[in-house]
Parts: sequence; structure tokens; C-alpha cells
Amino acid sequence: MRFIIEKRNEKSKKMQVLIPIYSLLISFVLGAIVLLLSNANPIQTYAAIFKGAFGSNTKIQYTLVKMIPLLMCGLAVGIAFRLRFWNIGAEGQYVMGVIGITWVMQFWTWLPNVLVLPIGLIMAIIFGGLWGGIPGALKAQWKVDETLTTLMMNYIAIGIAEYLYISAWKAPKNNMGTVKYPDFAWIQRFWGKVHYGIFIALILVVILYFVLYKTRWGFELNMIGKNSEAARCQGVSIKKNIILAMLLSGAIAGLAGGIDASAVTHSLTKGVNSGYGFTGIIVAWMSGLNPFVSIVIALFLAALETGSDALQITMHLPSAMGEVLQGLILIPLLAGSIFIDHRIKPARVKGDK
Amino acid sequence: MEKTLVVEMKNITKRFPGVVANEDVTLQLHKGEVLALLGENGAGKSTLMNMLVGLYRPDEGEIYVNGKHVIINSPQDSMALGIGMIHQEFMLVGNLTVAENIILGLKDLPTVPPISEINEKIIELSKKYDLKVDPTRLVETLTVGEQQRVEILKLLYRGADILILDEPTAVLTPKESQELNKILKKMLSEGKSAIFITHKMIEVLEFSETLMVLRKGKCVGIKPTASIKELSEIANLMVGRPVLFELEKGPFKPGKVRVELKNVSVNSKTHTRKTLDSISFTIRSGEILGIAGVAGNGQQPLSEVITGLMRVNSGSIIIDGEDYTNKTPLQIIKAGVSHIPADRGRMGIVGDMSVGENLSMKKYRTQELSNHHMINKSKVRQFASNLIQKFVIKTPTQFTSAKFLSGGNIQKTILAREINSCKGILIAVYPSRGLDVGAIESVRQNIIAQRDRGSAVLLVSEELDELRTVCDRIAVMFEGRIMDIMDAQDASTEKIGLLMAGVERSEECDS
Repeated sequence: MRFIIEKRNEKSKKMQVLIPIYSLLISFVLGAIVLLLSNANPIQTYAAIFKGAFGSNTKIQYTLVKMIPLLMCGLAVGIAFRLRFWNIGAEGQYVMGVIGITWVMQFWTWLPNVLVLPIGLIMAIIFGGLWGGIPGALKAQWKVDETLTTLMMNYIAIGIAEYLYISAWKAPKNNMGTVKYPDFAWIQRFWGKVHYGIFIALILVVILYFVLYKTRWGFELNMIGKNSEAARCQGVSIKKNIILAMLLSGAIAGLAGGIDASAVTHSLTKGVNSGYGFTGIIVAWMSGLNPFVSIVIALFLAALETGSDALQITMHLPSAMGEVLQGLILIPLLAGSIFIDHRIKPARVKGDK
Repeated sequence: MEKTLVVEMKNITKRFPGVVANEDVTLQLHKGEVLALLGENGAGKSTLMNMLVGLYRPDEGEIYVNGKHVIINSPQDSMALGIGMIHQEFMLVGNLTVAENIILGLKDLPTVPPISEINEKIIELSKKYDLKVDPTRLVETLTVGEQQRVEILKLLYRGADILILDEPTAVLTPKESQELNKILKKMLSEGKSAIFITHKMIEVLEFSETLMVLRKGKCVGIKPTASIKELSEIANLMVGRPVLFELEKGPFKPGKVRVELKNVSVNSKTHTRKTLDSISFTIRSGEILGIAGVAGNGQQPLSEVITGLMRVNSGSIIIDGEDYTNKTPLQIIKAGVSHIPADRGRMGIVGDMSVGENLSMKKYRTQELSNHHMINKSKVRQFASNLIQKFVIKTPTQFTSAKFLSGGNIQKTILAREINSCKGILIAVYPSRGLDVGAIESVRQNIIAQRDRGSAVLLVSEELDELRTVCDRIAVMFEGRIMDIMDAQDASTEKIGLLMAGVERSEECDS
């Protein structure tokens, strides 16, 4: 018996719901095998992950705080992905955002206090936007491959950040890291650790949904992403839109950095390259580039991360096990998405022996 | 005398999601004959052949080669049975020699192939079948006709006895087609057989012994070619209803000049010869200017410089008296130019967007469909359903992805969008290419209607009949130049054919 994979005529609504469920079940089984090999009880471990993410108010708060930059990076990457512009540089754009806000916080001391945070966030947007805009312009003008440029620019951004917090901008008494931002310029918390940045992220979801699905520009981005040559024939400028979309993509990633820095770390220091930019790629991909679905995915991934962190303490598992489980959960989910567009059926050929 | 059967496909059925591509089709090919496989686009000709060369497998039915039941899983399997196919797009490597191309992919060769032996064998084969090709030349220096001969040699070298040719004359000049015909006849006399896929009816009469017509995946007729008296007989079989060959066309009343090209040149990135070489002409309102020529002689670049998709290096393009040289596509669209592009799937539609969205792609920026930057979705729905009715586009709903429509309906979608937004200038490139007879008729009628309404139309086509019936004037292009422009009624096939092959008018007079 042979099987063939064939394309469905339309996206299957049923599969869009069922596949994540099946994929999760498969992931749990795969994870269980790894856990059994490490002499851990799978059910207890999974329960520990869940408890680590949602087991108490503090834990829920941790999860939500992690969700904010993940969601924003997912939105940022998603805009570029709409154009089939493979921006894998959200990490660098995020770091540049943190550098931007830190610059304002540390050196623009002449600003009135109320303006420090807004101007700082705007600077994060500008820094991130430019960091995204450069590969956009390179691609638009000279067709330089964006996967390389965006990836490389991550390392440049991280390198600059290290130079700043280890040497140039280092706080005099610390080993590394800048001085804390003035506390009047912090983003306030309203429920334990959860800060007002979450509303900025959620408002952004609504705005982006509106821009991408209801406006002429959203229509143009959609055309370019699905057939850039046809879009060009219809008078849509590919160059202009690649640059615009990358400015916006970088700006949102930069803002994510600015918000996280001014609400959580309050400085530019080690750990600024947190991986949110990379995980954002998964958020964008798994959400099918839909801003609203991104909320759910970002929450799920944030929970997975906080939950796995807890494994070390509660289950005495090595910290790497958390990452192994995360990977095992993601692979079936990503691989399973093929069945939304395709189906497997047995190949029947008369005369087969 | 009963001829021997070389290929028999018995009761073949092949289904794709949502369509039956072939239903209970039985095909018989005899030794030493050419079978013409005719049908509209989407009739299932290519699917049927792809099963013979191992690209698809039939869902039902059996294939016999030389009387033996076979299962063909891959092109290698079919080659081993002596079946070879020449696709529309040639599979040749430009910077290798003819001989290197011919042995490319052969498994039983040593690491360093004995090239002189191979050259000899190729020369021997080419003498035997009158296929004049020098095995030491680089493929990129060959003409399209010569490249086709290399493809044929490639199959002969591998010992193919059954050749499948997919629309082989689409890229040839009339003279090259004649030569191909001679080559085929020669091969048949050597005991080979061929299947010839086409939708050009005249060729069927010249090339084949038997013809088989497919319609909607089913075989609707098998006849000896000699029994055909009227072309309309075949056309009726293909379409299933009588076809009009006459087009309604108003009297020729040219108005003012809408488009003028003055010495437009475009340099080529890869060749020393210019892509467009000093092109000058005018198109007046109420006039259709036809561009004849073998595909690849600059017709598409010509349409792209007018629509702003390609930059010119010198010369100027004037639309309604204003200079539009090297303006952006959007500025040119706003100047009133509509464009039916050569490659429907790649340039004309966005397959993954809905029919309705595709219809709105020219007008979404206007007040008619949007309010400032917001698209008014209910207006778009209304607009799309009007156009679908007016142009009789067959689609389940306007929300269906455009890629699920047939070629003809995709073209109608493009036509509807472009004609609806047309402000008097229409650039149509191969608008009827690959369409079935019914769709061709509607495309041509729509283009003529635009002209009768006073539009200036540029029609690029490779069908001389189409050019002669539809156009008012015809320009012939060869190697990026315009050889001559003439009135359509003065354009005989011979005259255009010579110009298409690059023979200057003066040379013609001298000889």
C-alpha cells in the first residue's frame, strides 16, 4: 500500500482545530519517551510544567509578562512574513530598541520627567525600525538576501549591546549593565508583576488586524506576498512596500524591547538578547500571521517557557530538559500544519501487485 | 493490412481533487503513424500523456506497450520502454554543447565520456533523420528550431521509438514548422511513432494520420485525418457546439494618436544584441496594432516598456502627448493604460486571493471601491458580482481562490478587470494563448469591442490568423527590431512568415 499526499481544494476548517490537538498529543508521547529515559515520571513532569506556568497568581503573572514581548515580536515578524520577506532579525531589532530607550534614559537627563518614558519608547521604535529598514532597503535596492542580512544584523546588535553594558555605558559600581532607569520612567505594574505594556501589545493587535485586513495598504501587502509580479503589474511598488513593511516590523520589535526594558529589567544588561525575537518567528508562523491568533500562541509559548523553568526546582531535572520538551512540543505542531492544506490518501492503482 | 499497435492505453481514468481529468479514455497508437491529440485547454491531453511518461499514475485502466502490460512509475521506466516526451519548455543547458546536452543524465557513461565517439554517433543519427545540428556548438547559440532538434536527438540517442511532442510548433516560424514536419515523416518511415499534442487545427491536417479529440477528459472522437473535409468539423468536436470563425468588427475609423514610441531601445543584460532596438510606431484610438513574431523576439519587453515594468535605455514613450518614458507602472495605469499580461498565472492574477479580490485589483485605490485608505468590502462584493455576470466568468462564488478557475475563466477575470478600468489604451499580450476555442472567441470579441468603442489597442500574438482577423495594422518583430508595419489586409502568411524569420523586405525584392 502506497500513500500519497495531495493538496486540498480549500483549507480545512476542521483540521485547523484538530491538528493542534493531535500534534500536542503526539508531542506529549514523544516527550514522555525522553522523560522515561531520564527516569522522570512524564505525567508528574507535565503537571509540573502546567503548575509552573499557571499554578499561582505569581506564576500566571510571570507567564503574562513573558507573553508581552513574545506577542509583539510575533506581530513584528508576521508583517514582514506577509510579504514573504523572511525577517529573522527581530532579535536584533528588539536589542536595538533596548539600546535606544537606554540612551534616552541615561543621557537625555535634560528632558522633563513625564517625557522620558514616551521619548524613550519612541527612540526604541526608531532604533528598531532603522535596524529593520536597513535589510529592507538592501533587499529593495540591490536584492540582497534578507535571511542573511537580518540574521547577521542580530549579531551586530548583540555585539553593540555587549560593548555598551560591559564598557561604554557600564554603571560605575557594577561589573556589567547600565545604571537603572529613573523610577519615574518605569512602566507601572497593575497586578503583581504584570505591567501596562500588555495593553500596548493588545491595542497593537487590534490596530494591525485593522491595517492588514481592512486597508488598501494591507491589500497591497497581501498581493505582494502572494504574487509580487502580479502586484507590480497592478502598479504596486514592491520596493517601497518592502522598506515600509520592514520599518514597521523593526519598529514593533524595537518597541517590544523598549517596553520590556522599561517595565522589567530597567536597564540594558546581560540577557538583553532573550530569544524573544527568535521565538517570535514561531509565534508568527503558528498563528498563520493572524494577529488575534498570535495572542493565544504567544501565551502558550510563554507558559511553556515559565513552566519549564520550574522543572529544575520541582522535578530536579536538568534545565536543558525544559528546552528539549519545548522543542518536542513545537516540532509536531509545525509539521502538522501541512495537513491543513494537504491530505493523505492511499494510492489505489489497479494492476498494482 | 492491420498495423501493429505500439501503445495502447485502455479505459484510463485519472481523478484530481474535485475534477476528473481523464475518464475511460482509450488511446491506440500504431507503428509508423502520427496521432494528433486535440482538445481545449483542460481537456486532459497533458494528463493523459503524463501518465504515459510516468509523471502520473492512472487511477483506473491499463497501459500496454508493444502488447505487454506495463506499469510506468517514473520517466526512467517510460524511457526504458522507448517512450520519450518533448515538453513545451525545452530542458537544455545553455552553456553546454549539443553533445553534452544529449548525454546529460545518461547513467551508463564513464566519468570522462568519450566525446568524439559520441559526436560521431550524433552526426550519424542526425544524417539518418535529416536533423541538421552541429554537436560541438553551444546550445545557447542555437535558434529555437535547432534547440528543438537537439531535444529530438536526445530522445533518439536514448533509443526512443515513441515520441510525444507537446505543442511543438508553438515556438517555431512557419518555415521551421515545415522542417519539423519533414523530420517527423522521415522518422515515421524508419518505423517510429509519434503523438502530437496541439490545439491548432490546421497543423492536425498537415502532421497526422489519425486524430483523437478529448473534451472534458473524455474521448469524443477518433478519426482518420484524411476523412476530415472542414476545419469546423474538428472545432465542433472540440467545443461541442458550432464555432463562429467570423468576428463582428466595426469599420476602421482611426482617431487621434494615443500612444507613440520614438526610437525606444533596451539593452540586454546577457546579449550584445539589444532586447529592443530603436522601436518607433504610433497607435491611434479606434485602432488595433498587431505585433507578429516568433515568441522571444522582443514582443514581451515591448509590452513591458509601455506599461512601465521595464526601463528603457534610450528613446521616448509618449501617451496622449505627454512623456511617460520610464514612469512607474502606477503612473502609467493612471494615464489610462490597461494591460493583459503574457503570463496569466505569474503576472495577471494572484492565485491565492479570491476572484472578487482579483477583479478589484485595479480599482481598489479609487473612490469607487474605497474611502480614503479603507477598502469598502461591500462595494467590492457588489462590483465583483457585476463583473462576474457581465463577463460570464464561471466560478463557484466570488470568494473562490482564483487559482481554482480554468485558464479561460482566469483570462476572463483579467479581461474583466482590465477592460472595466480601461481608459482608452489596452496592451494585450498573447491574450488567447492556451485557451480553448470558445474562450478565444470571447477574448477576441472583447478586444474588438474595445477598439470599436474608440480605444487604442496593442495586440501581441503568435497566431497569424488571429492577427489578420482582429488587427487593423500589423508590425512584425524580429530580434528586437520592427521589420515592417503593414495594413492587415495586405498581410499574407508568406510575407509575415519571411519577416518573422528575419528576411528583410529589400532582400525579398532582390531575390
